[in-house]
Amino acid sequence: MSERRDTAAMIELDGVRFARGEQVIFDNVDMRFPRGQVTAVLGPSGTGKTTLLRLIGGQVRPAHGRVLVDGIEVSRVRRKALYALRRRMGVLFQNGALFTDLTVGENVAFPLRAHSRLDEALIERIVLFKLEAVGLRSAREKYPAELSGGMARRAALARAMALDPEIMLYDEPFAGQDPVSMGVLLRLIRRLNDALGLTSIVVTHDVSEALSIADQVIVIAGGRVIGRGTPEEVRAQREHEPALAQFLDGAAEGPLNAAEDEAPLAADLGLGGDR
Amino acid sequence: MKAVVDAIARLGRLFLDGVQHAGSMALFAVELAWVLIPTWTRPRDILQQVYAAGVLSLVIILVAGGFVGLVLGLQGYNILSNFNASESLGVMVALSLVRELGPVVAALLFAGRAGSAITAEIALMKTTEQLAALEMMAVDPLRRVIGPRFWGAMISVPLLAALFSLVGIVGGYLIGVVVLGVDQASYWGQIREQMEAWDDVGGGAIKSLAFGAVIALISVYEGYRAEPTASGMARATTQTVVLSSLAVLGLDFVMTAFMFGA
Amino acid sequence: MNVQRGVELVVGLFVLAGIAALMVMALQWSNFGASRVSGYEVTARFDNVGGLTVQSPVKLAGLTIGRVDSIEIHPETFQAEVRMVIDDKYDNLPTDSFANIYTAGLLGAQYVEISPGGAIESLEDGDRITMTQSAIILESVVSKFLFDKAKE
Repeated sequence: MSERRDTAAMIELDGVRFARGEQVIFDNVDMRFPRGQVTAVLGPSGTGKTTLLRLIGGQVRPAHGRVLVDGIEVSRVRRKALYALRRRMGVLFQNGALFTDLTVGENVAFPLRAHSRLDEALIERIVLFKLEAVGLRSAREKYPAELSGGMARRAALARAMALDPEIMLYDEPFAGQDPVSMGVLLRLIRRLNDALGLTSIVVTHDVSEALSIADQVIVIAGGRVIGRGTPEEVRAQREHEPALAQFLDGAAEGPLNAAEDEAPLAADLGLGGDR
Repeated sequence: MKAVVDAIARLGRLFLDGVQHAGSMALFAVELAWVLIPTWTRPRDILQQVYAAGVLSLVIILVAGGFVGLVLGLQGYNILSNFNASESLGVMVALSLVRELGPVVAALLFAGRAGSAITAEIALMKTTEQLAALEMMAVDPLRRVIGPRFWGAMISVPLLAALFSLVGIVGGYLIGVVVLGVDQASYWGQIREQMEAWDDVGGGAIKSLAFGAVIALISVYEGYRAEPTASGMARATTQTVVLSSLAVLGLDFVMTAFMFGA
Repeated sequence: MNVQRGVELVVGLFVLAGIAALMVMALQWSNFGASRVSGYEVTARFDNVGGLTVQSPVKLAGLTIGRVDSIEIHPETFQAEVRMVIDDKYDNLPTDSFANIYTAGLLGAQYVEISPGGAIESLEDGDRITMTQSAIILESVVSKFLFDKAKE
């Protein structure tokens, strides 16, 4: 558990513990997400990857520990400051979470209308620009129900980018995507991050995709971090961490299954240390 | 013996669940109360909801009101003519509708038609993370989604109840005066003589206002707290109709006891 | 924008219709208009007012000419003192008029029926009608009827 502060970290989790009822989702977890990089958070389903994003967005509070975004403690801050902070974040939800009763264009315009006093003509132009960036300019008048899954996700991405955020959070962006739209999304995430100088967090269980675009990788399982570093470093850690090896290989048998059944047993099997 | 203990335990469990439900709804109501006034900064959102909840419920309310009026006229005539008092048909129909049936039946129909729709819509928005998306866009879903729907329902119910009663009285007129031959002048005259503007019409309006608030609260609460699954949504909509109906009938008794005396 | 305009219009109509329905019932179909007749006050004492209430009509030859304004117990006679407001139009009621409490139909509401007398002077504001007949209490009539029936 290193206590060192890195000023380069945009987002920091510091000894975070979070439980839902009896179920401990994070147990004394430290994470750092460096500024300007794409960090992939990997882990089996149900390990609280979405909870991580909710912690960062301040939608849930940790029982212990601190969540810092750009030096601001999300879990302590007042509502107004929290909302100001959220304006600097864009979130791509798992299924897009587009507003179904608005067109794609209106969806993208929504955060602009809610938070800026720009006149309509300017909003129109920003919307067009954002849709162009995700290659959906022609779908502006369509309703979310008329879009394919991949298009919906890109439309949601355009909406998440509407306020020019500094931080982008992606919740399972690759789930249920065909290979082509997956490729498009991967490139988009990378390009947007580099072109706009964002800090991106991609939460996913798609190992190869995540490793292919991420600068940093954090692997979580059983409420703990079981691997972290650059993709190469994480691949190298597999020998010391059977659970990590099982997850990266997608093996059916291994300590991860045990972890689901019984936490103490998992600890005995060597899940306790997080490096 | 064990079965009895189990049954008692289950009853206790049920009771505690109910108390918990009521408690969390009360907390939610307090939270909601804070945003109800700010919601009016976007009157167009509220207008949209009055349309969805109120205008779209008009047909069922008007048709039901008409039928209830016809039935009241028919039944009332049969009973009153036994006492040679069919001139009192108008006032019987009018008071039944204005005091009780208008507010109550309109509220029950509204809960089934619009309350469940509000719940389903909010629950779906929750399930598809639209509410979470709003939050992360720094837009308060209580203010943007829940508040307007609450107002929409709350405004619609008293208006619908008034229209229900009006149509019902006309329905009673049609069957009583036009079909059964009650004297027209005494139908209206008796109403005009015995219906009180404040106590009857005003009392009915206050009732339906209260029913509107209760249904609105239950509808948005059940949607907002629905489990984000298909079965959770189904449960939430059912819950809205059941709880709203019970709440309306229970509240009606209490309010009647207070307003029209025991 | 056009759709929005249509919605606004329909909602406006709906709200207007609802309020109009309330107003029609409250102001046109109720005794609201009649309840504030300007007129002069007369009182009458009854042994029993039955179901007479404030706002009950005061009638002459079947037409409503006023309203009951208040009903109180007279502290000395222990009778019910009914204060009525009668429309100024009917300012020539003889002082020896008779006040009865009647019931509209068998189960209808009760009202005060004024039967004009033959005196030359008219009732003035604050006068008292001395000749009254109390309400017919249904229970006593029924029990009398049953009693008579039983004797047959």
